[in-house]
Amino acid sequence: MKLTAFKHAALALAFLAPLTSSTWADEQFFPLQSYRVGPYAAGGTGFFGGFIDYLNLINTRDGGVNGVKLTWEEGETQYEVEKGVEVYERLKTKPNIAAWTPLSVGIAYALIDRVTEDKTPLTTINHGRTDSTDGRIFPYIFPLLLNPYSETSGIVNYLASKFGGLDQLKGKKIVVLYHGSPYGKETIPIYELLAAKYGFTVQQIEVPHPGNEQQSQWLTIRRAKPDYIVLRGWGVMNPVALKTAQKTGFPADRIIGNVWSNSEEDAAPAGDAAKGYIAITTQASGSQYPVIQEITKTLYDQGKGNLQDKNRIGSVYHNLGVVNGILNVEAIRIAQEKFGKRTLTGDEVRWGFEHLQLSRERVKELGAEDLFHSIHVTWDNHEGNGYVKFQQWDGKKWTPVSDWIAPDWALLRPIIEKSAEAYAKEKSLPIRTSGDAEIIHKETASH
Amino acid sequence: MTSPRSLPKKPGASFRPWIAPLLILGVAYGIIPFVGNSYLFEAILIPFLALSLAAVGLNILTGYAGQLSLGSAAFLAVGAFAAFNFNLRVPGLPLLVSILLAGLSAAVIGVVSGLPSLRLKGFYLAISTLAAQFFVQWTLTKFGWFSNDGPSGVIDAPPLNLFGISFEGAVGRYRFALTFVVFFTLLAWKFVTTRTGHHLIAIRDHELAAKVIGVPVLRTKLLAFALSAFLIGIAGVIWAFAYLRTVESAGFNLDRSFQIVFIIIIGGLATIRGAFFGAALIVIFPLVLSRLGQLALGNIFDSGVLEMSQLIVLGVLIILFLILEPNGLAALGDRLKRKLRPLLS
Repeated sequence: MKLTAFKHAALALAFLAPLTSSTWADEQFFPLQSYRVGPYAAGGTGFFGGFIDYLNLINTRDGGVNGVKLTWEEGETQYEVEKGVEVYERLKTKPNIAAWTPLSVGIAYALIDRVTEDKTPLTTINHGRTDSTDGRIFPYIFPLLLNPYSETSGIVNYLASKFGGLDQLKGKKIVVLYHGSPYGKETIPIYELLAAKYGFTVQQIEVPHPGNEQQSQWLTIRRAKPDYIVLRGWGVMNPVALKTAQKTGFPADRIIGNVWSNSEEDAAPAGDAAKGYIAITTQASGSQYPVIQEITKTLYDQGKGNLQDKNRIGSVYHNLGVVNGILNVEAIRIAQEKFGKRTLTGDEVRWGFEHLQLSRERVKELGAEDLFHSIHVTWDNHEGNGYVKFQQWDGKKWTPVSDWIAPDWALLRPIIEKSAEAYAKEKSLPIRTSGDAEIIHKETASH
Repeated sequence: MTSPRSLPKKPGASFRPWIAPLLILGVAYGIIPFVGNSYLFEAILIPFLALSLAAVGLNILTGYAGQLSLGSAAFLAVGAFAAFNFNLRVPGLPLLVSILLAGLSAAVIGVVSGLPSLRLKGFYLAISTLAAQFFVQWTLTKFGWFSNDGPSGVIDAPPLNLFGISFEGAVGRYRFALTFVVFFTLLAWKFVTTRTGHHLIAIRDHELAAKVIGVPVLRTKLLAFALSAFLIGIAGVIWAFAYLRTVESAGFNLDRSFQIVFIIIIGGLATIRGAFFGAALIVIFPLVLSRLGQLALGNIFDSGVLEMSQLIVLGVLIILFLILEPNGLAALGDRLKRKLRPLLS
């Protein structure tokens, strides 16, 4: 016992670990690996702004989730893996952790082993490692709403509809311009596979991080003369791509942005060059949705909102953060129905995520009708079959140009399972059954 | 890490060079594993150890032999990816052998990138080592084979087993890193005291004079590149396998190379212990600043503003420090020791 006391004292003093605040019986803590500086700050501030706003709304309007107060603390990662790991190790000693949200594929990869050991869920909404969709092998990782393969399938299906059907894709040429990071590379194999299946040619060109110089890539594109370009960008890479496209003479309405190239911060800085640009999304932009209205009324009108610039309320990143807040809070609510209206352990929240099923009616009750479609997560499908929509930039704002579209999940599932099983084999991991998923593990000591 | 109390108190006892390292080793193996928590190991000590070994490697090349290199991150990457591939593709190969082969792979790349040093000096050489930096990163990104065609170009660390002993968990990984760093630091320490080690210094101080007195300049330079890259390659394995346990080639960018150069400049060129002092400063100091900033001002500014101001403070402190003590932390330590000696005897 003496040793433990010494250990705590030494650490608090020597490494200035923030003093653990007095533990409340009914609190649920969100450690946020956020980034507000660096080349991806626009995404970080918008997303974490929306996430924090929603948690704050639940506390202020409802007094928490069934009385359980939501708390959070931010640690700046600058989208760097080393910093992300440092923040994880620092914040994981806090009590009552609900779930992790690094919003970075690189950091998420580095945390897979760690969160699995520590038995706390980690969500990567709209991004992440695709095969972590397979809950049999990745019990604690949740690429919620839309994994990268589903996104690809959604984009290819949309392109097919532009040409007049999947059979019309034959002989067409598509260039994928991707961000030189784990996130950007994630979809290389699935584009190759879909190209082979539908008979179109695909050329995938990398833009090195952070992507503020793209002349040579666009020269290559000019030579390739593609029918469409898929922009799989992130941060500053997107407006630069749109501007360079204009200089190269490639029309913006034949560039399709992926789910991380779809925000106001991606299109607006490109000015004229972005007019007509189309992008995929899982959540509509705009502030007309009841939940966004309530956030404005309850928080921003009282000076308690997280965004510094009120004009960003209802922007794509802000709304995605709000949707992420809804999914996290509802996972807790669902788990509370089973385990009791109290602080939950990480593994209980994991169970909640594995039963996170929000029908369109439930989404409407939450004030988010048409903000996003629906989600249906199960113990072995950690994505939850999100729907996508396409939107076009008119120079000032996004307007929807399609209805909700379903990706081809049946086509993707065997590929995902194969990849996950290969991972399980490489790391000699057990394959879970539905029975295993119902077992709640005791929290492991964090140190 | 040694407290003043642990220094010999006997009047007139002379300092023996091995006492301090031995005490530090004792603490590192005998005490820290039992009192530290996972934050200490995973966020501070393991990256500190990996960067220290990389800095020891670079110090042989830059500090002792006087050849400036900006390609350290490339050798880290070669080490990490080579160990991953040897381990993956040669079934039954013990992890230790994979790691040593990874070091050798880095050494080969090191020799190749050292060839321009036979003609180029100073800044011109530094620019030519940049080629290694960019070429290695490009190769690892371009050819999926190196990351086993992983979907994101990210590699996963294998379980750490040496001679049937498993080094899992935070403490295990710390012991793993510590053992490698201690062994190879000792090796480097022995090396710089040999005749060839002295040749390095001769070349640094006056290449022509060295040639005149019969130092094999060409061979010695390439040897310095090889040994330096070997050590940095091993550090890369520790970085990938014990610290992050996953690696993408973008993690080994030019910033990392500069970081290692800063470590040896701040720590003290041409000293082994300087590498450790410098690494400690570079790893721990930003964390301390960041925590202090958050404790003091966390409620007033958001984390972005704090992070930016920390960078400014860190930069100013480093500049001040270099003006006040241009020979690095190692020299500062020596001065302290000289001042303390009369008090202790």
